[in-house]
Amino acid sequence: MLLSLEDATVRFGGRAVLDAVGLDVAEHEIVCVLGPSGSGKSTLLRAVAGLQPLSGGRVLLDGRDQTGVPAHKRGVGLMFQDHQLFPQRDVGGNVAFGPRMHGEAKGERAARVRELLELVGLPGAERRAVASLSGGEQQRVALARALAPRPRLLMLDEPLGQLDRSLRERLVVELREVFHELGTTVLAVTHDQGEAFALADRVVVMRDGGIAQSGTPLEVWQRPADEFVARFLGFDNVVAATVSGQVADTPWGKVPVPEGAPQGPAALLVRPAGVRLVEPAEGLRCTVAARTFRGTHVAVHLQPEDAPRLEAACALRDAPGPGDEVGVAFDAAEIVLLGKPSALGSGS
Amino acid sequence: MALPVAFFAVFFAWPVAAIVARGLKVDGAWRFGRIVDVVAQSDIRHVLWFTTWQALASTALTLLIALPGAYVFARFDFPGKHVLRAVVTVPFVLPTVVVGTAFLALVGRGGLLDELWGVRLDTTVWAILLAHVFFNYAVVVRTVGGLWAQLDPRQEEAARMLGASSLKAWRRVTLPALAPAVAAAALMVFLFTFTSFGVVQILGGPTFSTLEVEIYRQTSEIFDLATAAVLTIVQFAAVVAILAVHAWTVRRRETALRLVDADLTARRPRGAGQWALLAGVLVTVVVLLLLPLAVLVQRSLGAADFGYYRALGGEDGGTFLVPPIEAIGNSVRYALAATAIAVVIGSLAAAALTRRDAGRLVRGFDALLMLPLGVSAVTVGFGFLIALDEPPLDLRSSWILVPLAQALVGVPFVVRTMLPVLRAVDVRLREAAAVLGASPWRVWREVDLPMVRRALLVAAGFAFAVSLGEFGATVFIARPDSPTLPVAVARLLGRPGDLNYGQAMALSTILMVVCAVALLVLERLRANRTGEF
Repeated sequence: MLLSLEDATVRFGGRAVLDAVGLDVAEHEIVCVLGPSGSGKSTLLRAVAGLQPLSGGRVLLDGRDQTGVPAHKRGVGLMFQDHQLFPQRDVGGNVAFGPRMHGEAKGERAARVRELLELVGLPGAERRAVASLSGGEQQRVALARALAPRPRLLMLDEPLGQLDRSLRERLVVELREVFHELGTTVLAVTHDQGEAFALADRVVVMRDGGIAQSGTPLEVWQRPADEFVARFLGFDNVVAATVSGQVADTPWGKVPVPEGAPQGPAALLVRPAGVRLVEPAEGLRCTVAARTFRGTHVAVHLQPEDAPRLEAACALRDAPGPGDEVGVAFDAAEIVLLGKPSALGSGS
Repeated sequence: MALPVAFFAVFFAWPVAAIVARGLKVDGAWRFGRIVDVVAQSDIRHVLWFTTWQALASTALTLLIALPGAYVFARFDFPGKHVLRAVVTVPFVLPTVVVGTAFLALVGRGGLLDELWGVRLDTTVWAILLAHVFFNYAVVVRTVGGLWAQLDPRQEEAARMLGASSLKAWRRVTLPALAPAVAAAALMVFLFTFTSFGVVQILGGPTFSTLEVEIYRQTSEIFDLATAAVLTIVQFAAVVAILAVHAWTVRRRETALRLVDADLTARRPRGAGQWALLAGVLVTVVVLLLLPLAVLVQRSLGAADFGYYRALGGEDGGTFLVPPIEAIGNSVRYALAATAIAVVIGSLAAAALTRRDAGRLVRGFDALLMLPLGVSAVTVGFGFLIALDEPPLDLRSSWILVPLAQALVGVPFVVRTMLPVLRAVDVRLREAAAVLGASPWRVWREVDLPMVRRALLVAAGFAFAVSLGEFGATVFIARPDSPTLPVAVARLLGRPGDLNYGQAMALSTILMVVCAVALLVLERLRANRTGEF
């Protein structure tokens, strides 16, 4: 393993910001840590970088314990959330900083800078002032600067956080291409699931300083480990249920579940795509509370009597308007039973 | 951290301890009862009271007059700004004796105002207060204006957009950001005026006397070392109390300020109000700062054919072992050495104080650094003389003694000037450099230094100017055959006759010119470097 965290713990005051985290990153792997703000993901990066001492546990790079190794000797790269380019240096000076610290010769440095600026799509930008760069350009320069000293592990803290949406979507594809081309090992953190899923080979969801789930983007998306992960991914159709056989008893009535579902009490998730609209008489009676246009589909918020709200995904043509009465039927294929039943009803 | 501590231990704590011991110890036994005896005397109580209230009044008056100046220099762009900024700093580096004399020539008997309108202020406290404003105007303009120029005006604009009036935006956004600098400046002014010596000595007459003047009188006229030592202890205690209050207020939250290029924030004044403000500041500078200097120059030219100046080059009637003109070279050499020492020690101290994990001990050192400013310069000089004259450290005959004493006074300036800027450097920039492979030392050199270069230059300029004008300590330890400019001026003033008076004025004018040139070079340096920021 290139990077291993063993029970890594960081406490601020009495509070554990990082709580006995265990995490492995293999060489050439792109791992994305996903979590809401305050879940400890930035602290995780800082701990690996050596900017934040651990209160307990260990960080190992290539199997070697990094306790007591200062940040500048760890050989890892970190791209900061707001880039933190050196304002008094031009683009070339920023990118050349790392190689210069490692004592590379001037000629090699210049060649390296040229090569990296080409790689990030800013050829010939060496003499430009940092202040004259747009947000996207700053991001590219920050990436080139982080890559310049050839770190064995590159860490990205909310790499695309401050950019606008279209730029973000383009850059995330570019980033993935660059990392695969270079074979870079990457540990990124973000609160944006779209970014994480597009970038990562593996996604790690964090909650309250611990790891809630780890898996490929598809695994995490298809089978959220628990209610927290499901809600964080944007799924709000979660209720308490009791499964018996092929049917679950929920506040929304009887809901069909997939074959082989564990029996007994559980948290149950219905993906919006699994909420089918039927005639009011035929299913669960709901009133349309709101309608949100999502580009490819329309999200319809439904309010049943005496039960939590439901979100349904509808084709543009058939979406009912607010105030309409509809019936709801459930599709067993889009229903997931989550790991543990927890305090439900929050946020619904 | 170790170096600044050692420096202060050897060159400050030890001499002060030595003189206190010399004063309070009689036949090997401590006699603390003397403190009560001395303070109980009514004339000493009067001195204490006057010292305090004139310092408060001087500080308030200086802030009132100089803050608009700080604003104008920070935010407005007008022709001759760089020259004018250097000009307002000149009074600060003049020897206090010369400042006193210049004001005497302006508002005293037979002075300019007396000749024109028959107005005399030398018997009132106003002469002292005005001279203190004259002297400390630059402290406020430099300390507050330096930071003000680098504050991002958009912060204020953001407040305006949120519905704040321009005055309210200034009060809620700019003022809190400036508060540390204003507090630092006010503290400096208060300490300077609290320990004012030359100005009060000349303008105060028999009526007004500060602790410092009293200590000097007891030491050099009455030779009552014990009383002088007691007064030193009283002053020391007062200064420690002031600095303790300061250290307490310093513990306010340190926010990372948005600093921008100073050249980007200055612009032409707009509207009648701003032009009037600029005009008002310019008039203040001319009347309060330039007029006394003009009178000084005019008096130095009192003899035909630059007679006073030509007299400086010749052998004089025994005041000096060398022609007075050599004092110029001495002064510049000493000041350069003192500046180098002050910048190194001050930078190390400031860097140590900036660390976020700095403990209570280090923060205490912050206040300790200010002590040499508060303790009487006379005490420092006299302490040097009696503490550093025997093994293991016998420096009495070494030239380094003078720069050391001057550096001691210069270090607090360096620290005060650098701290606000160093504290405002975003800590993540340092982390970014560390992650890219920079060792802590390289981080300082690559990230902090370029950002604080402006502050460092300002600090160096201050230290140089202070060293040039330092009088109280230097007068004790400068060797007779190598006097500095202020010492030479004082010796000339102390002798009767028009020729000596004229030579003193001429030498003061030269000192003023040397300072002005040094500061102009500094301004030029700053102007050239701005492209890098």
